[in-house]
Amino acid sequence: MSTRARVPSAAVLPDRFVRWFAGRGWSPRVHQLELMAHAQAGRDALLIAPTGAGKTLAGFLPTLVELAERGPSNSDNAGTHTLYVSPLKALAVDVARNLERPIAEMGLPIRVEGRTGDTPAARRKRQKERPPDILLTTPEQIALLIGDPSAGRLFETVKRVVVDELHALGPTKRGDQLALALARIRALAPGVVTVGLSATVSDPDALRRWLVDPRRGRPLAELVQIAGGAAPDISIHQTDERLPWAGHGGRHALGAIYEEIKRHKTTLLFANTRAQAELTFQELWRINEDTLPIALHHGSLDVGQRRKVEAAMGEGRLKAVVATSTLDLGIDWGDVDLVVHMGSPKGASRLLQRTGRANHRLDEPSKAIMVPANRFEVIECEAARAAALAGEQDAEAAKPGSLDVLAQHVLGVACGGPFDADALFAEVTSAAPYADVDRATFDDVVAFVATGGYALRSYERFAKIRKTKDGLWRVSNPQVAQSWRMNVGTIIEATTLKVRLAKARRSKAGTVAPGGFGGRVLGEIEEYFVETLTPGDTFMFAGEILKFDALVDTDVYASRSTSDAPKVPTYVGGRMPLTTDVAARVRGIIDDRSSWPTLPEQTREWLGLQQRRSLIPEPEQLLVETFPRAGKNFLVAYTFEGRLANQTLGMLLTRRLERAHAAPLGFVASDYCLAVWALRDMSAMIAGDLLSLDALFDQDMLGDDLEAWLEESALMKRTFRNCAIIAGLIERNVIGAKRKTGRQVTMSTDLIYDVLRRHEPDHVLLRAARADAARGLIDLERIVEMLARVKGHMVHKPLSRVSPLAVPVLLEVGREPVYGASQDALLKLAADDLVAEAMAED
Amino acid sequence: MIPSRPSKSASEPTITVAGAALVADPLGALYEPGSGALIVADLHLEKGSYFARRGQMLPPYDTATTLGRLARLVAAYQPRVVIALGDSFHDDGGPARMHEADRAAVAELQRGRDWIWIAGNHDPAPPANLGGEARLTLVLGALTLRHEPTAGAAPGELAGHLHPVAKVAVRGRGLRRRCFATDGARVVLPAFGAYAGGLNVRDQAFAGLFSGDAFTAWMLGDAGVYAFAARGLRPD
Repeated sequence: MSTRARVPSAAVLPDRFVRWFAGRGWSPRVHQLELMAHAQAGRDALLIAPTGAGKTLAGFLPTLVELAERGPSNSDNAGTHTLYVSPLKALAVDVARNLERPIAEMGLPIRVEGRTGDTPAARRKRQKERPPDILLTTPEQIALLIGDPSAGRLFETVKRVVVDELHALGPTKRGDQLALALARIRALAPGVVTVGLSATVSDPDALRRWLVDPRRGRPLAELVQIAGGAAPDISIHQTDERLPWAGHGGRHALGAIYEEIKRHKTTLLFANTRAQAELTFQELWRINEDTLPIALHHGSLDVGQRRKVEAAMGEGRLKAVVATSTLDLGIDWGDVDLVVHMGSPKGASRLLQRTGRANHRLDEPSKAIMVPANRFEVIECEAARAAALAGEQDAEAAKPGSLDVLAQHVLGVACGGPFDADALFAEVTSAAPYADVDRATFDDVVAFVATGGYALRSYERFAKIRKTKDGLWRVSNPQVAQSWRMNVGTIIEATTLKVRLAKARRSKAGTVAPGGFGGRVLGEIEEYFVETLTPGDTFMFAGEILKFDALVDTDVYASRSTSDAPKVPTYVGGRMPLTTDVAARVRGIIDDRSSWPTLPEQTREWLGLQQRRSLIPEPEQLLVETFPRAGKNFLVAYTFEGRLANQTLGMLLTRRLERAHAAPLGFVASDYCLAVWALRDMSAMIAGDLLSLDALFDQDMLGDDLEAWLEESALMKRTFRNCAIIAGLIERNVIGAKRKTGRQVTMSTDLIYDVLRRHEPDHVLLRAARADAARGLIDLERIVEMLARVKGHMVHKPLSRVSPLAVPVLLEVGREPVYGASQDALLKLAADDLVAEAMAED
Repeated sequence: MIPSRPSKSASEPTITVAGAALVADPLGALYEPGSGALIVADLHLEKGSYFARRGQMLPPYDTATTLGRLARLVAAYQPRVVIALGDSFHDDGGPARMHEADRAAVAELQRGRDWIWIAGNHDPAPPANLGGEARLTLVLGALTLRHEPTAGAAPGELAGHLHPVAKVAVRGRGLRRRCFATDGARVVLPAFGAYAGGLNVRDQAFAGLFSGDAFTAWMLGDAGVYAFAARGLRPD
C-alpha cells in the first residue's frame, strides 16, 4: 500500500531484476518501486515500514539497479556509490548477508564491504585506496572519514546514502553526528540522494526533515509508507490467580505462558529489565519439563553468547528466547509466531515494534500476549493496547542538536580540509537538529574549538584551528588532527559498570574499616542507575541487599547491607518511563467509570475502593493525598508523568518541604506518582495553613531550586564530563600515552567544572551540559507542562490511612531508590559527623 | 581534638610538628606563628595553559583562582614570609605564559614580605622575573621545608609533592577531601592549586613516610579542618 497516488510500474526495473524477482516467486512490491522512482528522480525519501516488509532490499534496490546498469566495475577509481549507515555493527553484518544473495544470484559486478571499529587498519587503508561500491558502516566511521584529508575524493563519488533504523538514531547524539556528516557529504557530493529506513513513528515529518537539505528546495523527504498489513492480535493475559499489588515479575502467569510456548513454533518473550529477563528465564526452566530449547538474550551477556543465540534463532533451533530491548532493533531472525510482553511495554510504539517481530508475512496478523505483572499494569496494558490498535505512536521529542557534538564536528571538518566559517554555518544549519542554531552560538563553538572560547583570550597562540589570510580556518598542526582522530565518537562510557562486593567491617565509631575494597565482581549495572545513587544508598542486586560505597574508575563498590526494608531501594535495570500518550490513556481509563467493567475483577474492585476511601482524580486534576503510616507522614501526588519526571519532582519537593520545616525523610517515584514521607504531619500543616500545596507545586520551583540542585549534583558533573569529552576539552585518548583511567578524568573534570562555573557560567560547554541534563536525565519538559496544567486543579485529600491507589507506590518503598535530603544538607550532616568523629578519636 | 576555626580568626595552633605549633587552615595552608611563615604546597600555576599548549583548552582561570585563595590567606594572616613548597608552576614554561594580571597579583602578594620559592620536580629552576628567592630546602627552627618528602623518618619535615586526599564514610556517605597528613613528626601538605588532583593517603606512596597507620589526616572542610585517624580512612 502506498500513500501516494502515482504507482510506478515494474518497468523501472531492468530485465535481470524482473527475472530474479520472478525466479523467486516474488514480484516487486509497490514501495520498492516507489522508492526506486524517487531515487531515479534524485529525490530524498523516507521509507516507513513495519518489520518484515523488506525494508533493506527496498533501500538498496536503486543502488543495485544503477550499479548493474553501469556495467562491470571498469576500474578501482569509480569510488563508493552508496553508503549504508546503521547504528549497530551487527546490523551491517546482517545487511551484507542479505545483499550477497541478489548480487550473487544476478551475477552483479558489485563489491560490498563493511567498515566498523573492528575493521583491521590494513583493510581500512585499502578501502580508502580502492573503495567498494557499497560501504556498510556506522556514524562514527563516517565522521572519521569526513575528517580524513582524502574526504573530498572519498565522498565525491557517492550517489546515495542509506540510513537504517533512523527512528532509533534520530533523537540521539549519534544522530546529531550523522546529521552533520550528511550535510558535509552533500557539500562534497552535491548530487547525493538520501534514503531513510524507519519503523513506524508518530511524527514522520521530523524524520523527513532530517533527511533533506532544505536549501535544495524541498523541506521534507518523500514519504513512502507501508501500512501495517493485518491488525495485530494483541491479548492481555487473564488470570484467576491473585494479581500482585506491585512488582514487575509476572511470575504468576508463567505456567500458562509455558503452555503457549509449547503450542507455538517460536516464541519471543520481551522483558523490560534484565532482572526481569533473568527471573523469567529461570522460572521457565524450572517448569520446563519437556526441556524445550529456551534461551536468554540481554545486554549484560557476553557478545559471543549473544551471537550464538541469534544464530540459533535464525536457524529455527530455538523454541523460545527471553530478551530485553537489545533485540528491539531490526536484526532479522527466524520464524517467530508469538511475542509475549512480560509486564507493560510502557509505550504504543514499543508494543507494536515488538509485536511486529512475530510473523514476517505482512498479510497475517502478528500475535502477542501482554502479561500484566500487577493490578496497575492491567490498566497500563489496556491503555497500551488501545493506543496501539488506534495506530498511535509514542511521540519522540525532537531533540535540538548538541553543541558538544557540533564542536567535535567542526574540528573534524577542519581536519578534512580548510573551511570557510560562513559556508560551514550554512551547511551546519541545513542539518535538521541544528536548524535553529544562531550565528553567535555557532561562532562560540568555533571559538571553543580554536582556543576554548574563553572571555579571557589567553590561548590564542595555542589555537587548534586558525583563520588564515585567505579567510579559511585550518588546523594548526598535524597533531591536532591525530588527536581528534583518536577521540572521535559520541558514546562516552561503557553503559554498564562492574559491581564489586566490599566487605563491611564496622568499627565502633560506625566507619567502615579499610581493606574492604577490590572485592569480587557481582555483575554489571547501568551507569545511569549508579548516577542516581549517593554513597550510603542501598539497592538490591544479584539477590542481595547492597550499600553503595563508592564509584572508582568504572567499578561500583558496594557492601552487604543490614539495612531495614524502608531504606532498601532495588536495582531495576533498563527500565523505561511510561510514555505521555499511554499515561494519558491510563488516566482516561481510571476516570472513565464506563470502561471499568472491561477491567478484571481485582482491578475493578481496587478502583472502586479508591473511589470510596479517597477520590478518583479527573484527567486534568492533580490528586494529592496525605496520610500517616508506620510512624511517618506521607504525601502522595498522582502526576502520571513517568518515572524520570517524578524523580526530579521528588528532589525539588523534598527541598521545598525541608524549607517548610516538614522534615522530609525521603521519597520514592513511580511512573504514576511520587510519595514523600516526612516527620511532621503534613495533613495538619496544610489544614493549619503552614503548608500550601499551591505554593509547593508552584512553577517557580523550576527556577532557583532546580538550578541549585542541579548545579551541585553529581549528575550535572557527569553530564559536563561527557560534554567536555565529546567536545574535545578533555581527551579520552592521548597520543603516545596509555589510556587514562576514568577516575583521572572524573577528578579533573570536576575541578574544571567548578572553576568554569565560577568564572564563565554561560560558557558554551556549560550550556551544552545543562541542555543534556534537562532533556535526558530529568525530563524537565514533562514537569513544566504538568505544573502549568495542574495550576488551580489541585485536589487535596487528607486521609487517616493509606489509600488503595497509593499501595503500589508504597510497596515500591523498599524496592526503589530512596532519596534523601539535598546535597547541602548532606554536606552539613557529614561535617557534623566529622566533628563527632574527630571528638571521638582521642 | 577540635576543629580549627576558619582562616579569618584563625591563629590558634592546630597541629604540632616536632614541637612546633602550626595553624592548619581549611584552605590548605600552614601558618607558623613563631616566624610568621605561611606555607603552601603544589600551586601548579599555569597548569591550564600547560594543557592548552598541548591542545586541551582547560579554562584559563586556574592561576587566578589559586592566587585569589592565596590572597585570602595573606590578608587573614599577614605573614612575614610566604613559602611555596615547590611545584609552584606546573612546568618550567609556566612563568613565561603567565597572564599580566596574575603577575601583578603575585607582586602585590609579595609586597612588604619575604617570598621563597622552593624548587619542585615540575619547576626545578626558580621562576624568572617573578620576585622572591629560590631555595632547594629551607630550615625554619626545628622544621625543614622541602618539596618531596624524604623516605623513612624525617622529624620536622614539611613537604608537599604527594597531593594527599583522604576519604571517609560518614553515616554511609563517602566524602573525599584534600588533607594534611601528619604523624606529629612530619607533615605532608595538601596541594593548593585549583587544578591539582589528589592522591589517596592510603596509597603506597605514603606507606614509607609514616609507620603503618600511625598518622592522622586533617581533612579540609568548608569551615575547618577535621582529624581522622588513618585506620578509619577509605582507599579510593
